[in-house]
Amino acid sequence: MKKLLTGNEAIAYGAYRAGVKFGAAYPGTPSTEIMSNYAKYPGVYAEWTTNEKVSLDVAIGASYAGKRAFVTMKHVGLNVAADSLFYAVFTGVKGGLVVVTADDPGMHSSQNEQDNRNYGKFAKLPVLEPADSAEGAEFMGLAMELSETYDTPVILRSTTRISHSRSLIEVEEPQKLEELEEEIQYYQRNVTKQIVMPNNARKLHVIVEERLRRLAEYAETASFNRLEPGDDELGIVASGVAYQYAREVFPNATFLKLGMAYPLPRELFFQLANKVKKVVVIEELDPFYEEHLRVLGIPVIGKEVFPITGEFNPALIRQCAVKAGLLPSTAHVQIAATGEKALPAINLSPRPPMLCPGCGYRGIFHELTRMKALVFGDIGCYTLGCIPPLDATHTCGCMGAGIGVLHGVDKVEVKDPTVAVIGDSTLFHSGLAPLINIVYNGGVSTVIIFDNRITAMTGFQGNPSTGNTLQGKFTVAINIEDMVRSMGINKIDTVNPFDVKKVRGVLKDHLNTPEVSVIVSRYPCTLYNKEKYPAPIIEVEKCNYCKNCLKIGCAPLVDRENHVEIDAILCNGCGYCIKVCPTGAIVQDQEFERGECHV
Amino acid sequence: MFREKVDFLCAGVGGQGTILVSDIIAEAGLELGYDVKKSEVHGMAQRGGGVESQVRWGKKVYSPLVEQGMVDYLLGFEMMEAARWVEFLQPDGKIMINQYRIPPPAVTMGNATYPPKEEFDHLFSCCTKNIMWINATERAQLMGNPTLAGVILLGAVAKDLETPVGVWLKVIEQLVPERFIELNKEAFQVGMNIAG
Repeated sequence: MKKLLTGNEAIAYGAYRAGVKFGAAYPGTPSTEIMSNYAKYPGVYAEWTTNEKVSLDVAIGASYAGKRAFVTMKHVGLNVAADSLFYAVFTGVKGGLVVVTADDPGMHSSQNEQDNRNYGKFAKLPVLEPADSAEGAEFMGLAMELSETYDTPVILRSTTRISHSRSLIEVEEPQKLEELEEEIQYYQRNVTKQIVMPNNARKLHVIVEERLRRLAEYAETASFNRLEPGDDELGIVASGVAYQYAREVFPNATFLKLGMAYPLPRELFFQLANKVKKVVVIEELDPFYEEHLRVLGIPVIGKEVFPITGEFNPALIRQCAVKAGLLPSTAHVQIAATGEKALPAINLSPRPPMLCPGCGYRGIFHELTRMKALVFGDIGCYTLGCIPPLDATHTCGCMGAGIGVLHGVDKVEVKDPTVAVIGDSTLFHSGLAPLINIVYNGGVSTVIIFDNRITAMTGFQGNPSTGNTLQGKFTVAINIEDMVRSMGINKIDTVNPFDVKKVRGVLKDHLNTPEVSVIVSRYPCTLYNKEKYPAPIIEVEKCNYCKNCLKIGCAPLVDRENHVEIDAILCNGCGYCIKVCPTGAIVQDQEFERGECHV
Repeated sequence: MFREKVDFLCAGVGGQGTILVSDIIAEAGLELGYDVKKSEVHGMAQRGGGVESQVRWGKKVYSPLVEQGMVDYLLGFEMMEAARWVEFLQPDGKIMINQYRIPPPAVTMGNATYPPKEEFDHLFSCCTKNIMWINATERAQLMGNPTLAGVILLGAVAKDLETPVGVWLKVIEQLVPERFIELNKEAFQVGMNIAG
């Protein structure tokens, strides 16, 4: 039956359909839902790992042992996993091995935009790129076959608009497969292939180059690289979602639609160039195809017309094309009824994302700002601690960066009080090594671990301290305090962020003590727990309009020009604003029981 | 009536339920025999930021993103968010606008003001003559849940589309958690009545 699936759902389905038995991932937008959907299929094993490198290593293990395996991650996750990717290209596989990377052009939810097609050329492995959900599923199957045929890992590259768009795909309902008694095989030792000591690796590199040459040959005739006939004016090279945009803007052009971004089909490029007057490359981010065409000596129109930064959309492509004379100026779409007239000016303030009402991070950030502390941030919901009015954090680089940056700043002895903040899942991802480094090198830094009992920003996944696995099994919940104590950190305090008095005391103590220390701020994510209590009210006669409550950056608190009001629809009733109001004007006038976590 | 194409854009604030409503539109399009594509935003933007989601019905749809100047129906879950996308309307496009404001941070902090309704009305009327103001959140609150506002807007769109009501109710049954189905159907009917 036909179904509307997101690209992520389709890739998960494709993996199941291709007989993939093993999946591993660390959550990351826009890739997360691939693994969470795959995990629900019968007869598969899937896990959230601690980071993307771990994902890839465990999948390599499953592949070496003979099973089809795949990993999923966001674009920057592949940077973390790159070390393993490079050796796996040398060793090759046994069961098919596919690495799904979901790039984020436009940075909807990322710290950078990078074009992971480059990993194909860099690490020397094939890259497939689907252009809709149906291709997402189909290419997953193809990638598995290519992986086994050519003895190589294969990258399947998605982007935000593929991952998070729904389109039609033919789906068979997953059936409860009969549990086949598979004969368990002994692991086959293969030293020259799987131990990449220099003497072996030198031989393997020759094989890798020969493999790429054969793959390039295959790319010439593979069904997923296809010439789509059109007029002989423009010949457009495109892949992924950029192909869909271009198809709409240039309905009559000749297309070379690439399904494999690397290695590239040289002869097909020449065929296209011989057919049309102008070759145009429409690709998001890097001039990856464009450079290849130029090396072949084919004149192309590319990045001088279409931007190298940001996400494409059909309107952008049309504007660029008209400007460059690739389309007549009459090809512009008439926008609204205004015609050429400018729209009336209206003051639309931006609406950046912000910490949710009731979020336990808010109070800590508010206190740190009051203390004028330098706060080295990390990746997670608490990245939003940088946004006004909290204005708390000073840096945010990549997963696990904050603690290392803190140590460096502390070692060169700045005068300010300093602290790093990191979430529970990010701590396990890449925060442990830099924390141990502080201990080892006699650092005196304070690290605040924001433990909200879930991996929240990516949509609520478990992690090593939550006590449950991706497939719903109970497991050990690692105790964060015990863990850091075992590293040799002796000064550890646990606070409830809503206990303002205690938070103030503990922060002051830790920041003034020249010793490595950890504060665990523990409060479960209110969004995940759907925690909602009656909103407090503001007694207008007591409110002296000092605006202290507006400094905590909580959306329901609204400035009404001579007093402050609380929007009861948005408010979750956490009561933190009650605690920061110096005149006692914010009051809870209803009686109710709070959850056991709340102070 | 099978149309050449219908493009929808839902604009609101994270948490208002734009994704559910756009999912319903997408599935309804499929039921009605269209090729359908839909695009939505996940992740960081959902934390109280502006969110938008686009649905396209057509004989054959390539791009999941609709081009500026092509949108047939703009579902404005919040006035300011709708205003950001109003230029996406085609000249005969229609806007179903929830008369509801969620002040953005600059406004809540007193550093900016939220424009009065008249300014939005003026802006919208420069783009289209087809403006339907709906007090959807107010009506939804009376029904006990402000997030029903989106389904009220949807009811108004469905009425205007002159599509069989049964298709929409069937899709609502498929997509809404069981205990909320009746409430959502009621909200849909409220929207139909407002548009009728």
